[in-house]
Amino acid sequence: MGTHVIKMPDIGEGIAQVELVEWFVKVGDIVTEDQVVADVMTDKATVEIPTPVSGKVLALGGQPGEVMAVGSELIRIEVEGAGNYQEGASKAAAPAAPAVASAPAPQPQVEAKPVVAAPATASEHRAAAIVPREANERPLASPAVRKRAWDAGIELRYVHGSGPAGRILHEDLDVFLAQPTTHTQSAPGGYAKRSDAEQIPVIGLRRKIAQRMQDAKRRVAHFSYVEEIDMTALEELRAHLNKKHGDSRGKLTLLPFLVRAMVVAARDFPQINATYDDEAQLITRHGAVHVGIATQGDNGLMVPVLRHAEAGSLWANASEISRLANAARNNKASRDELSGSTITLTSLGALGGIASTPVVNTPEVAIVGVNRMVERPMVINGQIVIRKMMNLSSSFDHRVVDGMDAALFIQAIRGLLEQPASLFVE
Amino acid sequence: MQNLTTTLLIIGGGPGGYVAAIRAGQLGIPTVLVEGQALGGTCLNIGCIPSKALIHVAEQFHQTQQHSQQSNLGIKVQPPTLDISQSVAWKDGIVDRLTSGVAALLKKHGVQVIHGWAKIVDGKHVEIDGQDIRIECEHLLLATGSSSVELPMLPLGGAIISSTEALAPRSLPKHLTVVGAGYIGLELGIAYRKLGVEVSVIEARERILPTYDSELTQPVAESLKKLGIQLYLQHSVEGFDAASNTLQVRTENGEQLPLATDQVLVAVGRRPRTSGFNLESLELKMNGSAIAIDARCQTSMRNVWAIGDLSGEPMLAHRAMAQGEMVAELIAGKQREFNPTAIAAVCFTDPELVVAGKTPESAQQDGLDCIVAQFPFAANGRAMTLESKSGFVRVVARRDNHLIVGWQAVGVGVSELSTAFAQSLEMGARLEDVAGTIHAHPTLGEAVQEAALRALGHALHL
Repeated sequence: MGTHVIKMPDIGEGIAQVELVEWFVKVGDIVTEDQVVADVMTDKATVEIPTPVSGKVLALGGQPGEVMAVGSELIRIEVEGAGNYQEGASKAAAPAAPAVASAPAPQPQVEAKPVVAAPATASEHRAAAIVPREANERPLASPAVRKRAWDAGIELRYVHGSGPAGRILHEDLDVFLAQPTTHTQSAPGGYAKRSDAEQIPVIGLRRKIAQRMQDAKRRVAHFSYVEEIDMTALEELRAHLNKKHGDSRGKLTLLPFLVRAMVVAARDFPQINATYDDEAQLITRHGAVHVGIATQGDNGLMVPVLRHAEAGSLWANASEISRLANAARNNKASRDELSGSTITLTSLGALGGIASTPVVNTPEVAIVGVNRMVERPMVINGQIVIRKMMNLSSSFDHRVVDGMDAALFIQAIRGLLEQPASLFVE
Repeated sequence: MQNLTTTLLIIGGGPGGYVAAIRAGQLGIPTVLVEGQALGGTCLNIGCIPSKALIHVAEQFHQTQQHSQQSNLGIKVQPPTLDISQSVAWKDGIVDRLTSGVAALLKKHGVQVIHGWAKIVDGKHVEIDGQDIRIECEHLLLATGSSSVELPMLPLGGAIISSTEALAPRSLPKHLTVVGAGYIGLELGIAYRKLGVEVSVIEARERILPTYDSELTQPVAESLKKLGIQLYLQHSVEGFDAASNTLQVRTENGEQLPLATDQVLVAVGRRPRTSGFNLESLELKMNGSAIAIDARCQTSMRNVWAIGDLSGEPMLAHRAMAQGEMVAELIAGKQREFNPTAIAAVCFTDPELVVAGKTPESAQQDGLDCIVAQFPFAANGRAMTLESKSGFVRVVARRDNHLIVGWQAVGVGVSELSTAFAQSLEMGARLEDVAGTIHAHPTLGEAVQEAALRALGHALHL
């Protein structure tokens, strides 16, 4: 029997640290070759780590949420034969010892699972009679019970004590953990008060999102601009194209049209399709239009990038958007697919509301938000007519984009969308 | 300038600081501890430990002295003599062993110890006086302890000493006057008396050990009388005339009373050590003269923590240790709160005195209807064989569910009962639990069981 050690692989260019997101195995599990053992994440790409060997898991190198150095030990597997690891010998070979991994601030060693979902192993189901305790009366419990309650995030004053003198026993905690509602008391109206709380560690993608959003809001001088667009003509064109080519070329959503409008408008507004490096004090105006498509994944917001939107046809862009959105939703988008956008488009579809204030996807300087399309009575030439109306809510980095330019850019998009032919007439 | 970066920086290597450092080391938190004097702080160097050593010497000397006069036990010895420098050297040996033990533990747990005086720059930066070191930290733990309170009319120096000097005498005075009949003054006063010094004790209030109830302190008062310690209650000091070695004392009636004495020990209490390291620059919220802390030992500044005597009463080493351990765990991300049921306090007077939890009086103030019962050592066989029949064990328990809320005891050797007291309180024991536990015979601990039995109305040996 030997030991095989899998080290944290280098999954991004020049990335020294990788966050461990999730384990799919635990110590003692038998794994087979190519089985995925963990998810790790850099920047915004989540990568699955498979095992190249079969064997038994001996040790895990970190906790979910821990930031680990590339090259540090990720998992140790007992294998048939020699393995790749010998006690002592590896020290010289691997200068980046696992200890480096936990070098930053003490990571709360919180388990990622919610506390209320603790194993429901309480053998007996006790009647949840509530022992009345005075408001400021100290719950009676031994130090071991108190410590266990702290660790599990339980307020002991909500726990019934079944021991002598109302002492809270370990069994009482078992019951409390198994029945998260035992401590609720029915109010006269039949509704129950809830005092349970679920603590969710901010790790993985959520932590990245939190950092990026905080950073964007702190650095960028946001301003938002909302304009109303008459989509009737474009919708007629879209329905026509879908009817004619839908079967052969795929259905078109609004997004490829919006992308096309942004591409065409950007030609006259290079300051909008730009990125701003505020540390180097440098604005880069991009010829290419790489459009970030904000996408809701299972775990949170991702922004996959439609590359060279200026070169793609309507249908080519449509199918690429659809492919990217699926990859992002399933957390399988590559790092390349998640970076390098020059402007971002965000749409909540039917949930779009009437206006929104999108957050600029730094280092970009503009983000175009799409609101819900509805039929409204409009006055045209003194007549009330029903038109399909939709708002665009867009935000800009006011440090480098003037209000006038932003307004003109959106007005250009409006003109293009309201006269759809102009989208394609060069 | 040498720049260091760490997660946890602890100022003060006393019981609070060093325990926090050890626990932090166990939890893998990079930790630096700064200590200006000796590791172990007041407790190991000039407090708990040396005083207990001196008390032991005094007791041995006193016993031998007793035997040389007339011994009920039939022991015949010559009157003893004392080599006080040898006694102090023996005490220093114990202190050295303990402080080097602390240093070894810190090293074992990977704590970096810097010897020097810390100077706070801000909540994240500390400099070391005269060493050109600047330490940046994420968490700052203040554990600077306390210092003896000085009296303006009795400035230390010459014949006026504090407990520090009293614990390392080069020679013994003929007459020592102790100012303050709290536990420090009485522990040292009794020890000096047993070493053959004439001792007077001056206390401004109307009784000794004013923080304990009179029933509990009565056996100590009797012992002082028996030992021949002159007690001046409701007397206050006004000054010392060094030329004539006379202490100016004002009596309860406002009359002047000159007391001739060779030495004056000022033991009027301790105050949090908040100055001398630029703590004031943090402008932390205060609680009287102490740093205000919450149930997690957090000060009013984020990630600045305070433990032990610096955070006020009760100024006890074991409280500081428990707080230090907790803060390290909090910094490691664990959920903790400092909410012990009881922190036992012990006076190593003769007889000893121990309190844990609520007294009859404090239970009543808290609105609890309580049973109070005590069992005297006069009815305890083991106490008789130790020639000490004074004192008792007292229990305070709720009348409705018999939950024990407090223990007190006075008597020879009762300091060791503090363990049983604290344990029963933390475990939430009822009278029936203690009464139903078989206590070994013959021990002083039987009085604990008997007190619980008596509270239940059926003491066996009374």
